[in-house]
Amino acid sequence: MENGLATPQTYSSQASQETYQAQKATWRVKVGLAEMLKGGVIMDVVNAEQAAIAEEAGAVAVMALERVPADIRSEGGVARMSDPRMIQEIKEAVSIPVMAKCRIGHFVEAMILEALEIDFIDESEVLTPADEEHHVNKHTFRVPFVCGARNLGEALRRIGEGAAMMRTKGEAGTGNVVEAVRHMRSIMRDIRRIHSAREDELMSIAKDLQAPYDLVVEVHQTGRMPVPNFSAGGIATPADAALMMWLGAESVFVGSGIFKSSDPRSRAKAIVDATTYHKDPAMLAEVSKGLGDAMPSLDVRKLANEELMAVRGW
Amino acid sequence: MVIGALALQGDYEKHLQTLHRLEVDAIEVRNEQQARSVDGLILPGGESTTIGKLLNRSGLDEVIRELGREGLPLFGTCAGLILLATDIEGSDQHRLGLLEVEVRRNAFGRQIASFEADIPFQPLPDPVKGVFIRAPWVNKAGKGVQILSRYDEHIVAVQQGAILGTAFHPELTSDTRVHEYFIQLCQKRKSGNSTG
Repeated sequence: MENGLATPQTYSSQASQETYQAQKATWRVKVGLAEMLKGGVIMDVVNAEQAAIAEEAGAVAVMALERVPADIRSEGGVARMSDPRMIQEIKEAVSIPVMAKCRIGHFVEAMILEALEIDFIDESEVLTPADEEHHVNKHTFRVPFVCGARNLGEALRRIGEGAAMMRTKGEAGTGNVVEAVRHMRSIMRDIRRIHSAREDELMSIAKDLQAPYDLVVEVHQTGRMPVPNFSAGGIATPADAALMMWLGAESVFVGSGIFKSSDPRSRAKAIVDATTYHKDPAMLAEVSKGLGDAMPSLDVRKLANEELMAVRGW
Repeated sequence: MVIGALALQGDYEKHLQTLHRLEVDAIEVRNEQQARSVDGLILPGGESTTIGKLLNRSGLDEVIRELGREGLPLFGTCAGLILLATDIEGSDQHRLGLLEVEVRRNAFGRQIASFEADIPFQPLPDPVKGVFIRAPWVNKAGKGVQILSRYDEHIVAVQQGAILGTAFHPELTSDTRVHEYFIQLCQKRKSGNSTG
């Protein structure tokens, strides 16, 4: 495997790579793609036809998977990485970046996705975890990773492992934005707290959050998540997408919310517009008109503990 | 002087940060009024198909085309270069069509092929750090187009009048020299306008 030979890039090496030959898979190049996806919508698709609809609506990337989270939830069983053939068909159908999911800790699924030259790997709680103790060591891969988090400590642990983009976990497949809101509010609250803390309080904060100390120091200095900070999990309407942007998301992932709705084309386009113009209520009113029914939704409070996806991983 | 960054989608915030570092007034541009208020406009990196659609749906493409033809300095990086081009190989996607080049999207390959390298930039004596992310290159350039940089024999930076395009992302580095070069173009136009 070529990825076994790649030099691990760490977050601390980002500013010091000033050399004279071409370097691939640097931290700057990995985070750079996440920067390009800002202010956009990443849409879950299960086949080439849906991928084309997503691209036509203005998606910045598509997430190729066999079943959207709502179906994973209703059908049950072990949810795994998608069939490489289906991922390849989606890659051929669009010109925008293509992402795909591996199970938490399943570094061989990640190696397969890298061999398929996927643009971003989502180590995702939506699939059934393969390892309940360890996540993938993402530094050793050349393809960048995105991971989910419920709070800042979890986000900084994933970045410590090499994630180049973070997203809220939310509660996927519910059409209910409440958990994404809870996670984003918690993340932004802790970023503000660290930014305004005294320097001599940072180790104690790192201990409380169970987060790498140097990343806590970076948040203290910059007042931001060290990598682009996106939102996912339960976004079903243009207003949901705009809400997450207001709360601090720099882009949104929409899973079941588009292709489980009654009019995917119109809804996909409306969510793209709502993300760009999230600060413009008149525009939001305009794009929200006549979109038909949103996806069937679930009350997160009525889900049994074992049905929750957000609690997978740590 | 005020420089705008087109803020429909992409890494416009990185451009604004670079401009702020240079102590230049910089604003986000999402509508006609904002577009008409700037002395230069940056088209950021991002997804060219997404930005193209948003430009087209909002009618902002017509406004920028008009301003560009009147000589407003424009600077496109990566997706921005694609949007400025008259020709995009194998694609009928929305574009501004102000820069006489044919570009090839994702010419260097998918993300796994993305890279950084020191490259020449003709207006400057020393190389700049080129960060190429799923980057395009220029296949062909029209007569009035000056080639400012090549990497591995491929054209990766061009200028036509006050329109500048790079396949790479100066905004992702701490090196501000390419932006300073663009600001000079904006200053030249502004002083030309006020004296003429």
